[in-house]
Amino acid sequence: MNILVCLKQTFDTEERIVIEDGQISEDGVEFVINPYDEYAVEEAIRLRDEHGGEVTVITVGPERAEQALRTAMAMGADKGIIVDDEDLENADEYSIAKVLAAVIEDLDYDIILGGYMAVDDGSAQVGPRLAELLEIPHISTITKLTIDGETVEVEKDVEGDVEYIQSKLPILVTAQQGLNDPRYPSLPGIMKAKKKPLERLDIDDLDLDEDELEGKTETLEVFLPPEKEAGRILEGELEDQVKELVDLLRNEAKVI
Amino acid sequence: MSKNVLVLADIRDGELRNVTLESLAAATRVADGGAVTAAVFGSKGKETVEKLSHHGADKVVLVPNPKLDQYTTDAYFQTFKQVIEKVSPEVILTGHTAVGRDVSPRIAARLGLGLVSDCTEVERKEGKIVFTRPIYAGKAFVKKAVREGTVFATLRPNNIPALEADTSRSAVVEELEVEFAEDSIRTLVKEVVRKASEGVDLSEARVVVSGGRGVKSAEGFQPLEELAGVLGGAVGASRGACDADYCDYSLQIGQTGKVVTPDLYIACGISGAIQHLAGMSNSKVIVAINKDPEANIFNVADYGIVGDLFEVVPMLTEEFKKVLVENK
Repeated sequence: MNILVCLKQTFDTEERIVIEDGQISEDGVEFVINPYDEYAVEEAIRLRDEHGGEVTVITVGPERAEQALRTAMAMGADKGIIVDDEDLENADEYSIAKVLAAVIEDLDYDIILGGYMAVDDGSAQVGPRLAELLEIPHISTITKLTIDGETVEVEKDVEGDVEYIQSKLPILVTAQQGLNDPRYPSLPGIMKAKKKPLERLDIDDLDLDEDELEGKTETLEVFLPPEKEAGRILEGELEDQVKELVDLLRNEAKVI
Repeated sequence: MSKNVLVLADIRDGELRNVTLESLAAATRVADGGAVTAAVFGSKGKETVEKLSHHGADKVVLVPNPKLDQYTTDAYFQTFKQVIEKVSPEVILTGHTAVGRDVSPRIAARLGLGLVSDCTEVERKEGKIVFTRPIYAGKAFVKKAVREGTVFATLRPNNIPALEADTSRSAVVEELEVEFAEDSIRTLVKEVVRKASEGVDLSEARVVVSGGRGVKSAEGFQPLEELAGVLGGAVGASRGACDADYCDYSLQIGQTGKVVTPDLYIACGISGAIQHLAGMSNSKVIVAINKDPEANIFNVADYGIVGDLFEVVPMLTEEFKKVLVENK
């Protein structure tokens, strides 16, 4: 089975956001595989171990994103492809999906996995967009995946409810939290990953028109939310605090 | 300049979701005198017409095909695309929900459109429609616009207030027949299991009572559920509580998990890790209950009680019961 995983390198979720010159600063930031994509990598490795075949991890990003591919390969993925995003100045979900589709069109695949969203932009667009460009079905926010021959069975999280869905390969699925517990790369895994094949592509290597590289949306402003001031810690007997709180919520905050 | 706006209605368990009324309010704002059309899919659509028109729809397009009663990407995609071709909107809005965020990117890809997802605010500015949306789960925000052509966006529930119902309004209703070619619906929903708590959806709840590691066990969520029940709210959790298996991951609030913006967020036994704060700090009012007076959660809370949640929460439930009964 040929398994593809699209992933993005993102800030660690414990990072604070600092804005410098209207841009989000990357100074001193720890980068990780987007946590939702990490579920996709883990699931892909399990599928490969069960059905045989190969896991290829793909990313579009700057040079540092190579590290995310190496981590995925240390977990067990077989090879990586990175598309340098240097010439993708105004990229958005429209153009990233176009780039991924251009890479994947030349590959053999049975299933494509990815996270349902990235924890940075959080737009949840690229998976479904990519499936549409490749003219294959997709199922988003899955929490369980079983493949038997050509038949695909998934459990899909629908805002708390669960749908049991059947479909067929080839398909694209996006991972929701709860799909699995991603493994930590082992030391031998990390050593092996260094020797695994990693293909570096430039935008010029892909069959894309200039206007497909230009995003359809523009960012006008980046800003931080107003800093929240610490509120009131209530004092006194617990019973009185509870009464006071209920009174404050009703009469001061007026939310009850 | 006036614009024709199309809103995709979101129906869950046969009921119109609030986010659709919120989308109609946003639509009215950006239409600037243009027509606001709501599209409703499935056999129950007719029952929603009145509510849609009272909340801003000038026109309602019904597609009563029963194959649309259960959401599937392909059936919704084909129908949505045909409605768009029929209405030729200049702006398209949907909720950023299981439906809207699943079908909208596919439509955008097919039609070669930009899409601004998960917006919390929309305004008209110098002829442009400008959307505000959180990034890094609300640690920062961006203002975005579509460069040219059709404007397409999904809106986060609970952020743009719905219009007051105007019962004098009535919409023009049209029916559209859509047929699905054999094999054109490539996924089959075999079963749906309702797990969401008591019908109050976490992302749309006005009150969220949330538990962290301090809840200590699955049973420990019981008092939180009682409090949520009294307040008509939903129960949520921190990653710590989910990782410790006290509750299902579908309850997790944070940068991974759900982002919520209720009127009232009550954090019980939650320390306030930065990744959790990202998921709830834009709530209107935050109450923290924690044994540790140094807990980070108190830095974002409007009101705090330092104490054992197993003591405080049941007392709070009783007090709310009393007060809410008195005021009935």
